[in-house]
Amino acid sequence: MIQRNTFCREGKKLIEVKNLVKRYGSHLAVDHLNFTVESGQIYGFLGPNGAGKSTTMNIMTGYLGATEGEVLINGHNILEEPEAAKKSIGYLPEIPPLYLDMTVKEYLDFAAELKKVKKKDRKSEVDHVLKLVKLEEVEGRLIKNLSKGYKQRVGLAQAVLGFPEVIILDEPTVGLDPKQIIEIRELIKELSKNHTIILSSHILAEVQAVCDYVMIIAHGKLVASDTPENLERLLNGSETIELTAKAEETRVREILSKIEEIETVDYKEQQDGTTDIFIKTVDQKDIREKLFHTFAEEHCALLKLNLSRITLEDVFLKLTQEETGDPEQKKSGFHTGKFDSEPDTESDIEIPEEPSVSTNEEGGEDDESDL
Amino acid sequence: MKAIYKRELKSYFDSMIGYVFIAFLVAITGIYFMVYNLNMGYPYFSYALNSILFIMLVAVPVLTMKCFAEEKKSRTDQLLLTAPVSLSQIVLGKYFAMVTVFAVPCAIYAVFPLIIESQGEAHIGIDYMAILAFFLLGCVYIAIGMFLSALTESQIIAAISTFGVLLVLYLWEGLVDFLPTSAMGGLMGILAILTVLVIGIYQMTKNWVIAAGVEVLGAAAAIGTYFAKSSLFDNLLPDLFGKFILTEPFTNIAFTHIVDISGMILYFSLIFLCVFLTVQTIQKRRWS
Repeated sequence: MIQRNTFCREGKKLIEVKNLVKRYGSHLAVDHLNFTVESGQIYGFLGPNGAGKSTTMNIMTGYLGATEGEVLINGHNILEEPEAAKKSIGYLPEIPPLYLDMTVKEYLDFAAELKKVKKKDRKSEVDHVLKLVKLEEVEGRLIKNLSKGYKQRVGLAQAVLGFPEVIILDEPTVGLDPKQIIEIRELIKELSKNHTIILSSHILAEVQAVCDYVMIIAHGKLVASDTPENLERLLNGSETIELTAKAEETRVREILSKIEEIETVDYKEQQDGTTDIFIKTVDQKDIREKLFHTFAEEHCALLKLNLSRITLEDVFLKLTQEETGDPEQKKSGFHTGKFDSEPDTESDIEIPEEPSVSTNEEGGEDDESDL
Repeated sequence: MKAIYKRELKSYFDSMIGYVFIAFLVAITGIYFMVYNLNMGYPYFSYALNSILFIMLVAVPVLTMKCFAEEKKSRTDQLLLTAPVSLSQIVLGKYFAMVTVFAVPCAIYAVFPLIIESQGEAHIGIDYMAILAFFLLGCVYIAIGMFLSALTESQIIAAISTFGVLLVLYLWEGLVDFLPTSAMGGLMGILAILTVLVIGIYQMTKNWVIAAGVEVLGAAAAIGTYFAKSSLFDNLLPDLFGKFILTEPFTNIAFTHIVDISGMILYFSLIFLCVFLTVQTIQKRRWS
C-alpha cells in the first residue's frame, strides 16, 4: 500500500511556475519568477532572508494568492482546481502548523482525515508515517510538551501524510541542534526515494549536502538554477592558487614574470614583509610545482601554497550581491536588505527566529560543513 | 469538513471552554427558572429564557473568540488552507462545531418545561418553540462572533468586538425609538445611508466617477420623491431599522405566543450572510 506512489517516472513536470509576481503594497516580494520542477529530485531554494522563498512556497501551496502569474501542480492550476492541486502537495511551513493541545497521534489522525486519506487506510498510513519519522515513542504525548526537534518532525509527518508526490519544506532545519539537523537531513533523503522534495534554506551547507538541484533566489528573482556542481563551475576560472611569499611585492613580481602560464595575479603586501598572491592560470593549469621550483631557485621562501576551488558559497554570494549592487550589503554577507524589504506578514514569522538564524549563518555555517 | 468539525468539537471539550460555556448558561438559566417558574409560579419557561438573553452577550464571545483568531496567531491556518478542503467547508466545519456546543444547553432547556408540567399547568408547545427560536438566535450570534474572529489575530479583540456588536443588537429595539419620525428626518437618514454606501462603492472600485454618479442619482431620486410625496418618508427610519430587531422573533413567541416565520427567515439569512462574509474575509487575506 505504501509503495503505491513510488516513483513517478523521472522527468515528469510536477510543478510549473509561470511568471509569478507577488506584491505587498508597493514592495515586490516575488518578481516574475519562472521555473519547473520535475519528479524524482530534491530541489533546494537558496536565498538570503527576505528573498521571497517563503512567499513563493506559500503561493505554490495555495496559502497565498499571486498578484500575477500562475502555478500548475501536476497540470492543475492551484487557483482554478485548488483541491486537485493541493492533493499532490505536502507542505511544512516555516513554523510547523501544530495544534498544541492535541497528542501526536490525534494530530496525525486529524491531518490524515483532512488530506482525505481513505478511512480504511488511515490507521496504517499514520502508523507508517510515525515509524518513518521516528515518532513512535512520543505518539501519545501532547504536542506542546515536545522539544523543537520533535515538533519539527510532527510537522514533517503531517506533510508526508497522504503520500503526496511533492513535499515542500520551508527551512526544515532552522532552530534545530546539529544532531537533529543531521537526522532531519537523513529523513529528507529517505523521503526523496518516494517523493519529489523542494526545500528552502539560507544555509549553503545544507543545500549542498541534500539537494540535487539548486535554485538561487535574490530579491524575488531566480538568479541561477543548476546542480550544485555546475553552479560551482559557473564562474569561469574558478580555480585560484594562493601563495604567501616572504618577500616584497616588487621582488615577487620579478619572480613571477618568469612563468608564462599565469593569466592574472593579485598582490596584497602584508605588514610583516610577506606578500599574499592570488594567481589565475591559463586553462586552469595546476602550476604549483613550477611555482615551488621557481621560488626555490630564487631563494625566496614560500610560507603557503594552496589551490583553492570556488565554492557554492562564493557563487551564492556573488550572484545574490550582483543583484543588489550595494557595497554595504557585500560586507555583511547574506544579510541582504532583510529588514527594510520584509513584508509585514512574513516579519511576523521571521523576526522571532532572527537571532538564531544569524548565528547559524555566520558561526554555524562552518560547524555544519565540518559535521 | 467532517475532520475540522470533529477536531473543533473535541478542542472545545479538551480546553474547558465548552464545559464552562454550557455550565454558565445552564446555571444562570437555573436561577431564573427557580425565581420565575418555581417560586413565583409563572407557567411559561420562555419567560425565564428571555431573561438570560443578556447572558448570551457574554457567553457567545467566549465561545467564538478563538475560532479563527487563534488559528491565525498560531499559523495552523496554513495547514487548513493548504489541505485539499475548500474554504467554505473549513468555515462551516468550525461553525457547526460551535453550534453543536450551543445545542447542548438548548437540549438541557428542553427538560425545564417538563418540570413545570410535573407541577401543574404547562405550555409545552409554546416553550419548545421559544427554545427553538432562542437556539436560532444564538446561532446568529455565533455567526457574528465567528465573522469578527476571522477579522483579527487577537482573541481579546475578537471577544470584545463581538460583545460590542451583540450589545448594540440587544439594545437595538430601544435605540430605534430615538430615530426621527418626521419625513424630513427620514430623507436625511436615507441620504446618510446612501453616502455610506457610496463610500463603500468607492473603496471597492476606486473609481470616483461611478461613486459620485451613484450619489448624485440616488440623492436626486430621494429628494424628488420627497417633494412629490413626502408622506412616504414619514416614520421611514424607525420602520426600516425596526425590521432588524433581532430579539423580536424570539420575544414574540415568548410573550405573545406568535410564531413569526419572517423572523426565522431573518435569522437564517443573517447566518448565511455572516458565514459568507467569513469566507470572503479569509479569502481576501490571501490576496492582500
